[in-house]
Parts: sequence; C-alpha cells; structure tokens
Amino acid sequence: MKRIPLAALIGLFFTGAYFLAAIFAAWISPYGMAEIVGDGWEPWSWAHPLGTDSIGRDLLSRMIWGGQTTIFVATAATVLSFTLGAVLGFLAAVSGGWLDQLLSRFVDLMMSIPSLIFALAVLSVMPATLPILILVMGLLDATRVFRLSRAVAVDITVMDYVEAARVRGEGRAWIIFREILPNALSPLVAEMGLRFIFMVLFISTLSFLGLGVQPPLADWGGIVKENREGIIYGIPAALVPAFAIATLAISVNLVADWVLNRTSSLKGGRGG
Amino acid sequence: MHPVLILLAQRIALGLLLLWAASVLLFVGTMILPGDVAQSILGQSATPVSLANLREELGLNEPALTRYFSWLGNALQGDLGTALTNGQDIAEAMGKRLGNTLFLAGTAAVISVPLAIGLGLIAVRYKDRWPDRVISSFTLATVSVPEFVLGYVAVYLFSVQFRIFPSLATIYDGMTFGEKLWAISMPTLVLVLVVLGHMMRMTRAAILNVMQSAYIETAELKGLRPFAIIARHAFPNAVAPVVNVVMLNMAYLVVGVVVVEVVFVYPGMGQYLVDHVSKRDVPVVLACGLVFAAVYIGLNLLADVISILSNPRLRHPK
Repeated sequence: MKRIPLAALIGLFFTGAYFLAAIFAAWISPYGMAEIVGDGWEPWSWAHPLGTDSIGRDLLSRMIWGGQTTIFVATAATVLSFTLGAVLGFLAAVSGGWLDQLLSRFVDLMMSIPSLIFALAVLSVMPATLPILILVMGLLDATRVFRLSRAVAVDITVMDYVEAARVRGEGRAWIIFREILPNALSPLVAEMGLRFIFMVLFISTLSFLGLGVQPPLADWGGIVKENREGIIYGIPAALVPAFAIATLAISVNLVADWVLNRTSSLKGGRGG
Repeated sequence: MHPVLILLAQRIALGLLLLWAASVLLFVGTMILPGDVAQSILGQSATPVSLANLREELGLNEPALTRYFSWLGNALQGDLGTALTNGQDIAEAMGKRLGNTLFLAGTAAVISVPLAIGLGLIAVRYKDRWPDRVISSFTLATVSVPEFVLGYVAVYLFSVQFRIFPSLATIYDGMTFGEKLWAISMPTLVLVLVVLGHMMRMTRAAILNVMQSAYIETAELKGLRPFAIIARHAFPNAVAPVVNVVMLNMAYLVVGVVVVEVVFVYPGMGQYLVDHVSKRDVPVVLACGLVFAAVYIGLNLLADVISILSNPRLRHPK
C-alpha cells in the first residue's frame, strides 16, 4: 500500500467530514432546521457561529440540515444513474445488434438537449418533490454513465475469458455481473466521484433557481437563494453555502483523481 | 461531387433529424407524461370548470399526435403560441431576449476563446513549471464551482468590497454599445471564468498530445524557439480537437447563461425560461426548450463541420 498523497488526504478529510455532518445532522446541529432564534442576518457570534439567515434562523444549523438534503439527493441520484446506466451500458455492449443501436441512439438524442434545460422542462409540469428530483436527475445523468460503461465493456467483451464464459454456456446476466462488472469497476468508481459532484452542482443549481428542493426543507442551493439579497449590503451569509458547495466539489474531485491515478497505474504497472 | 460536400450534407441532415427528435422528446417530456398537465399547472385549488377550460386552451382533449403536429407546424412558421400567464405572443416576447442572451454569450465567447487558447499555449510552453501550475490550479478551481457561486463571489468582491463593476446587469434600449458592455461586465466575467478552465485544459492536453510527434522533435533539433514550435508546428495539428472543445464550451455557455442571467437579473432567455417554469407556463417552457436545444445542436453541428474542414486528408482526397 502506497502512501496517500497530501491532496487526496485533504480531499478524503473534507469529504468524510461533510458526509458525517450530513449523517449525524440531528445530533450535531445546535438548533432546529426551521427554528427562528434571532434577528435577520446577525453577525457571527458564539451563540451563532455562522450568524443567522435572512429571517433569523441559525445559519450553522441550516447548513448542516441543508447539507443532509443536498448530499442525500446527490447520492441517491448518483446511485440511480449508475445502476441504470451501467446495467444498460453493459447490456448494450454484450448484446450488440439492434438493442445496442436502439439504446445508443436514444442516449445520443437525450444528450442533444442540455440536461439543465430538459430538467427545467420536465419540472415545469411535475411537482418538485424529492423522489421526482432524484428520478429526473438520475435518469438524465444515466446517459453519461451509459456511454462510459458501454465503451469500457466493449473492450472487455472481446477478451478470451468472456469468450470462454460464453462457450461454457453462461447466461447474459452471468457475463454482465461476473465477468464484465469486476473488470470495469475501477474506471467506473473514479467516474462515480465526478458524477456525484455533477449531481451536487445540479441539485444546487435547481434549488438556487427555486425549482429544486422546496422551502420547508433546506439545501445549500436554496440557502444561497434565500440570502442572496444580503450580498449587496455586504452580508456574506449567501457565501457560506456557496463555499460549502465549492469545497465539497473540490475535495471529491481530489479523491476521484487519486482513485483514477491509483487504478490506472495498477493497470499500466509502470513507474508506480 | 466532392466527398467533403457529401460528408457535410450528411452531417447537416443528421443535425436536422436530431433537432426534430429533440422536439419530440421535449414535447413528450412536458405534455404526455403520466398525470394530468392541467391539474399540475393549476395545483390543488383547481375547480373542475377551470380545469376543463385549461384543457381546452392547451388542446389536451385532442390526441397527443395531433397536438404535436399542430404545435410543430406552427413552430416551423415562427408561431410559438401564446403564454398561458399573460396571453402574450411567445415569439415576440422572446425575440429581444434572445438578442440580449446572444449578446452576453457572444461577448463572453469573444473574450474567453483567445484567452483560453493563449493560456493553453503558455501552459504547454512552461509545462510543469510555475506558470503551468498556476494556470492549471486556478482553472481547476473555477471548473469545480457552480456558476451562481462564482457569480456571488464576484459580486461580493468586485461590486460590494471594491465597487468596481455594477452588481446588476440592467440593460435597456437607447444605451450605447459601450454602456451595454459596461452593464454586462460582471455576468461576462463569470461566464468567461466558467468556460475558460475547461477550454484551457483541453487545449493544453490536445497540444501536449501533438508535441510527442516526430516532426516536433525535428523542429526542436532544427533549433527553433520553443514558442515557435508550439504556435507554428504543434497548434495547427491540434486545431480539430481544440475547435471541438471550443464549440462544446460555447454550447455549454448556452446553459450557463441561464443561471448567470438569474444571478444578475439580466433580461434574457434564461431568466424568461426560469420565470415561466415556476409559473408552470408550459407553452413558454416548450418554446424556450426548443430554442435552447436548437442552439446547442447547431453549435455541436458547427464543431463537426469545422473539424471536417480542418482535416486536410478529407479536403484533398487521393
């Protein structure tokens, strides 16, 4: 086991801290999510380490609860997009023929519309509840995962051991889950980090536009939106969630880079 | 016929086909999803009468296929229908906003493309030395941050703390060109930062790829200056991938512009789309979606065309 580089350690530390804060939100947040505890936009103090928001709710508590929503939605959407995208991508690569053509052309079509625009169009007729947000984001993003996993799997399906499994008479499910999946895992795991970041940015953008997570719940994009008026008076409350989004994105990026380097050096085996 | 022309004709036909398919997809996404569109537009407070009226107005009583073709037929003639919320003609309301958006995106493109390519060339010239490191880490930071975060950080720094640029991009008729440019300085800055990182990194990667070729070594052995090698010998051969990246980022600008317009309250297409999504004004959303998709597909098509034309092997077949 090589030593973990400093950049990856920093990334792991912050990613871990955000996830722990999200999981234990109920225990560590000093106040309730919607509890009004002071005046609007109080400065930073011992009672309110990050001050209060536009209507006097404790900003630190809202950040912790908001992080929970943001991270939960992003994680769920990533899991959905990976399960769907990878299974369909492998299936397309293994089956080939018309199924491959059909799925690939459909994905081309989906990707010809910018995902934000498509999501906005769908959300104009669907209520923006958490399950629907997760579903829309996951489905739109599955197209990217499909492309990657199909490309990876096409290279693997021509390997001798897959041929051997076919000759042995294994079914399609065996080939996908027992032959291709273990060998395609490392590029997919690195990609997973990037997709997760993309999901965090996506849900934050939607909420910032007022079309994502709806008010009784807090999330980081929504907190930016609620406090945006303050910026012009020099109140940095809106920059706190903005900073959280940026650091989460950068730290996950650092971890994903490290995973990618590690796995690709394992394959190449040169230099280390 | 010249084979390049045939290739181009194929690409353009494919682009048109894709645009048509995208219109179907958008229509399906908004109008034919499970559930009642009229119900979700009006919400809980809908009375049966108002529901019936809205269904009539949207033509929901007709079969989906009829609705789609009448919508498409009208859209092709420039009639995008009327907005549900205020009964305005959509094409008319959109015209000026589209101009504003193109002005903003165009200014950002004019600044960011030469800047990204220039920085990419510098990063290659000083590879692994401090200019490369500074450029690379700065651009890594700007690509991992969403547009609206960059927007507010920029407002906080440049409009509130240092008071250099205006924090809102108000634009109206009768402004001179210079005043307009001044008004959009902040959104332009943010958009430039958003696309700069990706373009610069890809330019750097594409040129580094070419730098490993044998003819670069020859040029080095001839004793050419490093920058001349990069600009005169490596860059022309990296044009196709660079153009592709530039076009992809221009297409990305189309999306980034939506968020940036909301941040700076700029009267463009993005603001128009977002406003009407929250009002559940489906005809407007559909029309905006179609325009955005058309621009996006068009730019991708242009990238294809340019990379075909920039390839001498295709231009001068044996």
